[in-house]
Amino acid sequence: MTVRWIRAVLAGAAALSLSLTACGGAGDGSSADTGGTVTVFAAASLTETFTQLGRDFESAHPGTRVVLNFAGSSALATQITQGAPADVFAAASPATMKTVTDAGDAAGAPAVLVRNQLVVAVPEGNPDRVGGLADLARPGVKVALCAEQVPCGAAARSALDAAGVRLTPATLEQDVKGALAKVKLGEVDAALVYRTDVRAADGLAAVEFPESARTVNDYPIVVLKHAGNPDGARAFVDHVRSDAGLAVLTAAGFQAPPSR
Amino acid sequence: MTRPARRRQRVPLPLLLPAGLGLLFLVLPLAGLLVRTPWTTLPRRLAQPGVLTALRLSLETATAATLLCVALGVPLAWLLARVEFPGRRLVRALVTVPLVLPPVVGGVALLLVFGRRGLLGSWLDATFGVTLPFTTAGVVLAEAFVAMPFLVIAVEGALRGADARYEEAAATLGAGRWTTFTRVTLPLVAPGVAAGAVLCWARALGEFGATITFAGNYPGRTQTMPLAVYLALETDVQAAIVLSLVLLTVSVAILAGLRDRWVGVT
Amino acid sequence: MTAPPLLDAHLVADRGAFHLDARLRIGAGEVVALLGPNGAGKTTALRALAGLHPLSAGHLTLDGVDLDRPDRRVWTPPERRPVGVVFQDYLLFPHLSALDNVAFGPRRRGADRRAARARARGWLDRVGLGGQARHKPRQLSGGQAQRVALARALAVEPTLLLLDEPLAALDARTRLDTRAELQRHLGAHPGATLLVTHDPLDALVLADRLVIVEQGRVVQEGDAATVTARPRTDYVARLVGLNLHRGHADGHAVTVGGLTLTTADTVRGDAFVAFPPAAVALHPTRPDGSPRNVWPATVTGVQRHGDNLRVQLAGPVAVAADVTPAAAAHLGLRPGQPVWAAVKAAETRAYPA
Repeated sequence: MTVRWIRAVLAGAAALSLSLTACGGAGDGSSADTGGTVTVFAAASLTETFTQLGRDFESAHPGTRVVLNFAGSSALATQITQGAPADVFAAASPATMKTVTDAGDAAGAPAVLVRNQLVVAVPEGNPDRVGGLADLARPGVKVALCAEQVPCGAAARSALDAAGVRLTPATLEQDVKGALAKVKLGEVDAALVYRTDVRAADGLAAVEFPESARTVNDYPIVVLKHAGNPDGARAFVDHVRSDAGLAVLTAAGFQAPPSR
Repeated sequence: MTRPARRRQRVPLPLLLPAGLGLLFLVLPLAGLLVRTPWTTLPRRLAQPGVLTALRLSLETATAATLLCVALGVPLAWLLARVEFPGRRLVRALVTVPLVLPPVVGGVALLLVFGRRGLLGSWLDATFGVTLPFTTAGVVLAEAFVAMPFLVIAVEGALRGADARYEEAAATLGAGRWTTFTRVTLPLVAPGVAAGAVLCWARALGEFGATITFAGNYPGRTQTMPLAVYLALETDVQAAIVLSLVLLTVSVAILAGLRDRWVGVT
Repeated sequence: MTAPPLLDAHLVADRGAFHLDARLRIGAGEVVALLGPNGAGKTTALRALAGLHPLSAGHLTLDGVDLDRPDRRVWTPPERRPVGVVFQDYLLFPHLSALDNVAFGPRRRGADRRAARARARGWLDRVGLGGQARHKPRQLSGGQAQRVALARALAVEPTLLLLDEPLAALDARTRLDTRAELQRHLGAHPGATLLVTHDPLDALVLADRLVIVEQGRVVQEGDAATVTARPRTDYVARLVGLNLHRGHADGHAVTVGGLTLTTADTVRGDAFVAFPPAAVALHPTRPDGSPRNVWPATVTGVQRHGDNLRVQLAGPVAVAADVTPAAAAHLGLRPGQPVWAAVKAAETRAYPA
């Protein structure tokens, strides 16, 4: 009873904020693939690529608007399970996607959109000559990791375990951007982040390491069950999974999924 | 019981209505937390070692930050309230900067000064081998930065409200400025200092943005309750609720206790 | 003047547009009242003496020592002056007991805690408040607070004691008792005492000598008898309740405005002529007989004044007249009514301006 009431309030608040940004009715857009608004909840690491993909989609489907909401995958999953009106969800990890599918909020099974791989982010020129994970445990090398509660942290933990490297990080950041910022500001010497994050940042270089192959992170995408514009949602998912869409994603450092 | 009928004052509706709404607005989110609290698993969740560690770190750093703010902020408030100097208005405006600055930006600014490559930080590191980011001292610094304006504003207000002629009276009795400050001014504004310190402590306790930016997040060293809550929110909403509840209960208990003892004195 | 006065001051100070320029001399054991209307510069003078307001020129010499002398760059801060102050609303420290308030001065001037408290206890006993030593200021009545403030100022054994409207905050009944007691303590004080007040009664009862300031300048000074008998400004005349006019004298005749008044005193040149309102008689028609000074006037206002009525008159000279209610009823006084005013020469006083 109370839970349902809270859900209703949360859903109302989310709907209000979205309709304010969208300025157009997402509601009964049951018309064919053109028209209406497609609301996409996407992981923060997809910000640059999905912004471009949304623009491409809009020019390919005149009259359709793509409203993008970027945040940490976990936060987005929470919003969706609390009733936020979204059409598409693109997560940065299968675990966060699982909370949405488990709650019965997905329409069908999620597809793997792209994969991302961990790298060691170091300042340009790699002043500490970091060559692999083992170098991160060297005394005097300060490392920022993501907290294990977020996908990049979990991936870092399993990569370090796989390499048999034990280290005490200076900090466990709440997201990738936090870890990157610490490297950029020179407060740490290295951070374990995704390859795409390093590529998007100025002044940083990526050091690849073999153990990262074991911690490849899948980015799942799904059309949501309560989508107000299911046709538009499917069209958008098809668009980002098309060759043209994947070209945008791989240009940013993502890897194509293994099936392709 | 005396008859309340005559004493009772009619509260005008245009005041009562918004006042009630205001209270509701502040209390409802709290009620939301309580409603969603997983009471059955509460003891087990509370017993987890990370909770107590974060709570203790929060209380310790907030208290240390408050002491730092009192030590630096009271003299600063005195300067602003009692000494005429060029640029005083500018200084007063600067004091409130941390209030308007997003705390994350405050954290970045602190890094630029006290960080490893910072203006002062590089010197501290080279001269004393002291680095502040990612240390408990860094947490205290970040909290103090964000909370100091609350103390300075409260104490300056108290000083301006206090009758400066008492200080003149002390002077005619042979007290120099320092003695006057400690023996007369400070006791006179003690309630204001207490109120400011309580506000300051509460703000420090809830500090998140500047702390995670400047001091990072590491359990037992820099992970305070707000950081623990935020990270718990990533995976386990119920754990986040429990942590929030602990923080709320402890802080409300302490603030209520202090208020009765120090602030409520008239 | 044989011995130099204890306090020798020429106070020149500026406060915004206000300019104070007053000479002040007070001997040992002497009590001087600084009297004047609001804004005359009394408080500025007191603050300058206490060191709370710097002099811009002139000098302040106490017991042969320059405390403030701008031309020689001499300046002693308030905490190092042998000066005690009783402030208008006493300013007792609210967080300290009566005893600690009084002990505050001795403690700051070098006495140890016990000695300071012992001395404070002695002073509280002297002002009759030994039993209230532990009371906080808010537990004291107005009169008690005034006495604690006096004890606090005297406990530092000041060479110069300053009192700023010491009785102004008290109700009439307490004022009477406190004034008598204050007189006793001021009489016993061996140093110089300056009392700032706008209440002539306080000044007359408590002071040996009056110094009257108006608009930052000393306009008259002297003992009570001289000042009350021979006021030299409208303010002083009003204060002591006299009609005062300035004119030109030629023997027994003083010409004021268009009127020539005959006086008992003989003066020549610029002169003041003063007479009490009670000496002015009113008549419905021109009176016959003895009074030499008679002129037509118009009633401009009537107020109650003690048991009598005070009538304000316009005419060749503006004067106040006191009449009994019976006389007023007989005359049917109301504003605008023409009357004849008469003053006997014997009741006037004339003196050089």
